[in-house]
Amino acid sequence: MTAEPTGAEPTGTETTGSKGTIRVVQLYPRDMNIYGDWGNALVLKRRIGWHGYTPELLEYNVGDEFPADVDIILGGGGQDSGQLVIQDDLHSRAGNLTELAEDGAPMLVICGLYQLFGRFFKTRTGSVIPGIGILDVETHGTDERLIGNVKVATAEFGEVLGYENHSGQTTLGSGVRPLGTVAKGTGNNSSDGHEGARFRNIVASYLHGSLLPKNPAIADFLIRTAAERKYGTFVPGTPDDHYAALAREHAARRPR
Amino acid sequence: MLYFSVPLGKLVRRVSRLRGGGSALPGLVVEKIDPGFMQRTLATLPHGVAVVSGTNGKTTTTKMVVELLESQGLKVFTNRTGSNFTRGVAAALLGEVDWRGRLSADVAVLELDEAHAVHFVNSVPPRYSLLLNVLRDQLDRFGEIDNTAQLLQQIAAKTTGTVVLNREDPRVARIADTLAGQEVRYFGLDDSLLSTFPNDDDMRAAPGSPVPANLPEKPPADVVLRRVGPDTADFEYDGVTVTTAMKLRGVYNIFNAAAALTLARSICGGGAATADHATLLTALSQVAPAFGRGESLTVDGQPLDLVLVKNPSGFRLGLKSFPASGYATMIAINDNYADGRDMSWLWDVEFDSLRSGGVDQLTGSRAYDMALRLQYDEVRIGAVQPDITTALAAFIRESKAKPKRIFCTYTAMLAIRRELSKITTVEVVS
Repeated sequence: MTAEPTGAEPTGTETTGSKGTIRVVQLYPRDMNIYGDWGNALVLKRRIGWHGYTPELLEYNVGDEFPADVDIILGGGGQDSGQLVIQDDLHSRAGNLTELAEDGAPMLVICGLYQLFGRFFKTRTGSVIPGIGILDVETHGTDERLIGNVKVATAEFGEVLGYENHSGQTTLGSGVRPLGTVAKGTGNNSSDGHEGARFRNIVASYLHGSLLPKNPAIADFLIRTAAERKYGTFVPGTPDDHYAALAREHAARRPR
Repeated sequence: MLYFSVPLGKLVRRVSRLRGGGSALPGLVVEKIDPGFMQRTLATLPHGVAVVSGTNGKTTTTKMVVELLESQGLKVFTNRTGSNFTRGVAAALLGEVDWRGRLSADVAVLELDEAHAVHFVNSVPPRYSLLLNVLRDQLDRFGEIDNTAQLLQQIAAKTTGTVVLNREDPRVARIADTLAGQEVRYFGLDDSLLSTFPNDDDMRAAPGSPVPANLPEKPPADVVLRRVGPDTADFEYDGVTVTTAMKLRGVYNIFNAAAALTLARSICGGGAATADHATLLTALSQVAPAFGRGESLTVDGQPLDLVLVKNPSGFRLGLKSFPASGYATMIAINDNYADGRDMSWLWDVEFDSLRSGGVDQLTGSRAYDMALRLQYDEVRIGAVQPDITTALAAFIRESKAKPKRIFCTYTAMLAIRRELSKITTVEVVS
C-alpha cells in the first residue's frame, strides 16, 4: 500500500491490511491499455484498501510468468494492433484463465479483451482471430464505428455509465447473459440493445471511461467476490463515494 | 467567375467581420464559386507550401516556423489560430491577396488539422511537411491512434520535397518506411530527455514499469534537443551544440522548437539562400507562446499561467514542466467536441505531483470526473464548481497573494481567457 502522502487528507475510510490481501492481476497493460484502463486498476487498488484489505497489484505482459494466487483479473481495451501482439501469448494462457473463471474468480474485461475472451473476432476483411472462448460471444468487424457516451440499465449494478469506441460488434450466445440494456448509446452491436456480458463472476463490457471509477458498484462486486472466494466472507468498509455520485449525475446528462 | 470570386470573397469577409463572425464563411463562399482559388494562388509562391500537422503543438510550432523564416528575410503567409481547416486557409488567403487575387509572399506555412490536411494536400501538394506526433487525444474523432497515423502518412505521401518527422514518436518515425522520392529529415531528443516524453506506448500500467527491450536503432536527426534549462535550451545540429535563451516554457514546446528549426533549415537551406544560424537562434529565443499555450498573464500583480492540456502525454508534461510548489492550482476540464468527448485519458495522468499543495479549484463540465480522479490519487481538493466563471472568480479571490496556475482543456481555456480579459490584458490573436 502506498504510504499516506504528506499534506493529503485521507479519502475514504482506510484500515489497511487488517482483513487480508487481495491480489489483482492486470492482463497485458503494455499492449492493451488504450482507454484509461489504469483507472480500473487504480480504483481496485484504492477501494481494496478502503474496505480494509491489502491490495497487491501485479502486471502480466507477453512472455511473463503467470502469477499464482490470483484474486481478481483485469483486462483492458487496446487497438487492433495490440490484439495481434498479445494473441499468441493469450492462447498459451487460456488454460490458466479458464480454470480461474470456472473456479469463480472475479474478472473485468473491457473492449479488446472482452472480444478475445469470446470465441472469435472476424475482421472486416474476413480473417478470423480466434479468442480463448471463455465467453460464449462472437465479434464481427464492421465499417461503422460506435463512439460516444453510454448509459446502461442493469439489474445487478443499477445504472452503468461510460463511453464506447469500437468497430467490432459482438453478439451473445446462450451461455452468457447481457450486462444490461442500453438506454443511451449502442453497446454490443447496433441491433439488439444489449451491452456487455455476464458469465460466472466475469463482467465484460465495451464501456471505458474508465468503467470502475464512476461505477463503484461493479468495483465492489469484484472485491466482494474476491474476498468471499478467498476468505469465505466479505466485511466491507465505508468508501466515500460522493464525488462518484456527482460525476455520475453529470455524466448521465452529457450528450451522446 | 475567376475575375469576381476574389472581390466577392473579400466582400463577404468584410461583412462577416463586421458582424463579428468567424473565418469559415468567406472561405466557404470562395471555395464554392471558385474551387481552384487556393491552389492557383498558392502555386505562385517561390518556396511553395509547408504543412504542419500532428495531434499536438501545431499552433505554437507553426508560429515558431513563421518567425524563424521571417528572421531570414522571407515573407510568410500563414493561417492564424483557430483556422486550421481548408476553409480557414481559403479565408486567410482572402485577407492577404490583393483585389486581383495576387499573394505577395515567398512561402506559405500552414497549420492543418490531421483530417482536413488530407483533403488539403490532395488539392495543393505541399513542398514541405512537418509531422509532429500522434498522441492519444481526439480518439472520439479518429477512432484509433493508428488511424490518425495513417492520416499523417497521407500528408507525407503527397509532399513533393522534404518530409520532417519526429524521430521519437514511433508512429510518426515509421512513416519514413512508406516514402519513396521525398527527402526525409528528423528532429530528435537526447536519450536523457526521453523519460520526460512518455509516448502512448510507454504510457501503461504503473509508473516506473520497465521500457520494452529491443527498440530499433534511431536514425540520425537534423536537429536534436540535448538539454532543457529553466530558461535556456541546448540544440545540436551540424555537429555543434548551441545554447540559446528560450521564452517558451514547457519541455514539449522546446522539443517542438527542434521541429521548427529542422523545417526552417530545410526551407532556407534549399537553393542559394543558406540559413543564417545566429539570426535563426535569436529569432527562436524570442518566440512567445501562442494563444493559451503556456501563456503567462498578470492578475492582482501576481503571475497567472494558463497551461493547455488535451491528452495524457500533454497533461503529464504540463505537470512536470510547471512544478506545483508555491502556486495556487486550478484545473478546468470540459468535454465539448473541440476538447474531445472521451474523458478516459484523465486516468492515464499521474497527479502525485499535486499532492503536496493540493488543487484549490476544479471546474468545467467534467469537474466532478476530475475530482474523482484526484480522490483516487489522494490529492486534496479545495472546491468543485462546474461553472467556469464562478470558479475562476473564487480561485482569484481566494489565492490573491499567490502566483496561480490553471490547467485547462481547449474550450475551458477559451472561457477562462474571456473572463480574464475583463480584469487583465490578454493577448488578442486576430
